[in-house]
Amino acid sequence: MVTEGGQQGHDEPVLAIKDLRIQIDGIDVVDGVSFSAHRGRILAIVGESGCGKSLTALSILRLLPKAARIVDGRVELGGIDLAHLPEKDLEDIRGNKASIIFQEPIASLNPLMRVGLQVEEALRLHRGLSHAEAQREAIAMLSSVGIPDPQKRAKQYPFELSGGMCQRVMIAAALICRPRLLIADEPTTALDVTIQAQILDLMKRLRDEVATSIIIITHDMGVVAEMADDVAVMYGGRVVEQGPVETIFAAPAHPYTHLLLATVPRLDGHRKSVLRTIEGVVPSVDQWPQGCRFRSRCPLATDLCAQRPPLAPVDAAGHDAACWHTDRLMELA
Amino acid sequence: MTEPASPLLGVRDLRIHFPVRGSDGGVVKAVDGISFDIPVGRTVALVGESGCGKSTTAYGIIGLEQVTSGSIAFNGLEISHLGKRARRDLATDIQIVFQDPSAALNPKMTIGDSISEPLAIQGWSRDERRRRVGELLDRVGLPATYAERTPNALSGGQRQRVVIARALALSPKLLILDEPVSALDVSIRSQILNLLMELQKELGLSYLFISHDLSVVRHLADEVVVMYLGTVVEQGKTETLFDAPVHPYTQALISAIPLPDPQAQRSRERIILKGDLPSPLNPPVGCPFVGRCPIRIDPCRTIRPSLQPVACGAHVACLVRAPAPLAA
Repeated sequence: MVTEGGQQGHDEPVLAIKDLRIQIDGIDVVDGVSFSAHRGRILAIVGESGCGKSLTALSILRLLPKAARIVDGRVELGGIDLAHLPEKDLEDIRGNKASIIFQEPIASLNPLMRVGLQVEEALRLHRGLSHAEAQREAIAMLSSVGIPDPQKRAKQYPFELSGGMCQRVMIAAALICRPRLLIADEPTTALDVTIQAQILDLMKRLRDEVATSIIIITHDMGVVAEMADDVAVMYGGRVVEQGPVETIFAAPAHPYTHLLLATVPRLDGHRKSVLRTIEGVVPSVDQWPQGCRFRSRCPLATDLCAQRPPLAPVDAAGHDAACWHTDRLMELA
Repeated sequence: MTEPASPLLGVRDLRIHFPVRGSDGGVVKAVDGISFDIPVGRTVALVGESGCGKSTTAYGIIGLEQVTSGSIAFNGLEISHLGKRARRDLATDIQIVFQDPSAALNPKMTIGDSISEPLAIQGWSRDERRRRVGELLDRVGLPATYAERTPNALSGGQRQRVVIARALALSPKLLILDEPVSALDVSIRSQILNLLMELQKELGLSYLFISHDLSVVRHLADEVVVMYLGTVVEQGKTETLFDAPVHPYTQALISAIPLPDPQAQRSRERIILKGDLPSPLNPPVGCPFVGRCPIRIDPCRTIRPSLQPVACGAHVACLVRAPAPLAA
């Protein structure tokens, strides 16, 4: 992997999110989230349902559902704050400078439009290319995302393609204008594992060969381990821990990350052993506790946790955690 | 491959074919000749990707799909062609838990009514039912007061506990678990998996465990049946199958699971299969896996391999890795 080593992490970030706050019905469902994505690197945002990871991803291109709105913070793409950009100026960003792909590729494609035309669309819109020129580029792009016989496939409709093939079409459409940023929201969750392996492989090639900055949203720690250079762990609408992938897995500093990694059955684990659990349930958004939102389920919680812990550096290498008790983590072992 | 004592469930050469509408005599062979045994107190896992026939097999066993041919014996009794009445009696012995607990519970019924429904059908009195519901809720780790609630007041993990309690209501011997944790949050899955392991130990239950998540399968199952396009490509003891998979599809499947460990994951050799699963409407003539197989030879296109024993004790359907002995 050519980008191993983190050199490019010190470049100017492609995307910088600063203190983002999103509300639904007056509740902060995303509460002060900050992170940045870099050229040629993959950032994984990991968490369970309701942690705010998908809302955060949608907010970048201002695709939030009607009930949700950004109330505070900045979303800077190449120095432009997308959070406050007029809607008409966003047209120039979406699918051009930054693109997003979703979990259900079939639901994201227009069922009545040939897939080739759907890949061309952004080119004609943003670059003003003729149909013939756009078609040539679309077929080249379909081929480079691994679609066999792209000339023939371009003329087909989504229903004629498999799920994995549709996700490749989505990726081709997302990349046709060479965006600096690709956001992938659970891109392989709906796919079979052998197809997932193909799509993940394709995304890694994009990072390595075109230096696209990729943000992948997932709940699967295996996918994070496979793909990410950097990781942000979210819980209760906040980033609770972030850092380089090796550190997050080898030395997690937040009890939630630690326990989440420990609950997953491992291929090298002891069969039939009692698995580690996180007690309780993921609270619904209106029932988050004051202070640290994980404290209702945290074995290390004390009275201090009623105050919100800041996301503070654990070491000098960009590893941060929001926990008052990072020094007591060995008690969880 | 089988235990000496007669198994709780024995499936032999099971076929479930569906006619294709509008085609002239065309059929989809969703399940095409599979065999396995589930001994008492053991877990057998069916694994494979969408369309491999693992869920159809389960539906065949509980009578939700009509069996085309083959035999399903429960406690030595043939059950593949039972009538409605006999099926209902059998429901006390075989129960199923589905993937999505929200879809499996009636949103307008209280938890208590949902759990006691199978008891009512079998003619239990109101008092007996109430007592049993209390026992069951306790057994799956929920407070007795939950009997009065409706599903919308419960989290996904709690709902799955309710579905498991309902499945246990009539003290079945065999539980079919169809992706029981796939719809749950990661932090909740291990709670449910622990519960399932505990229940098996305490009640001596047998499980047919259907999953695409191989790490979970490895953790729970005693034996694994790997399916591809309606057929079995490999089956054997869990340790053997994971430590030394023989069929190229099993190898690819295990290799495709991303390990939650960046160093191990990035240093290991990965097999990335080319192409898609073939359409079950138009399967290959020879080996079903031939189109994606990295080690295929010419005969694989025309000859369908049968399961053969291999050195490590597993059974494998592959002309290359497990060639059939020459016919006499």
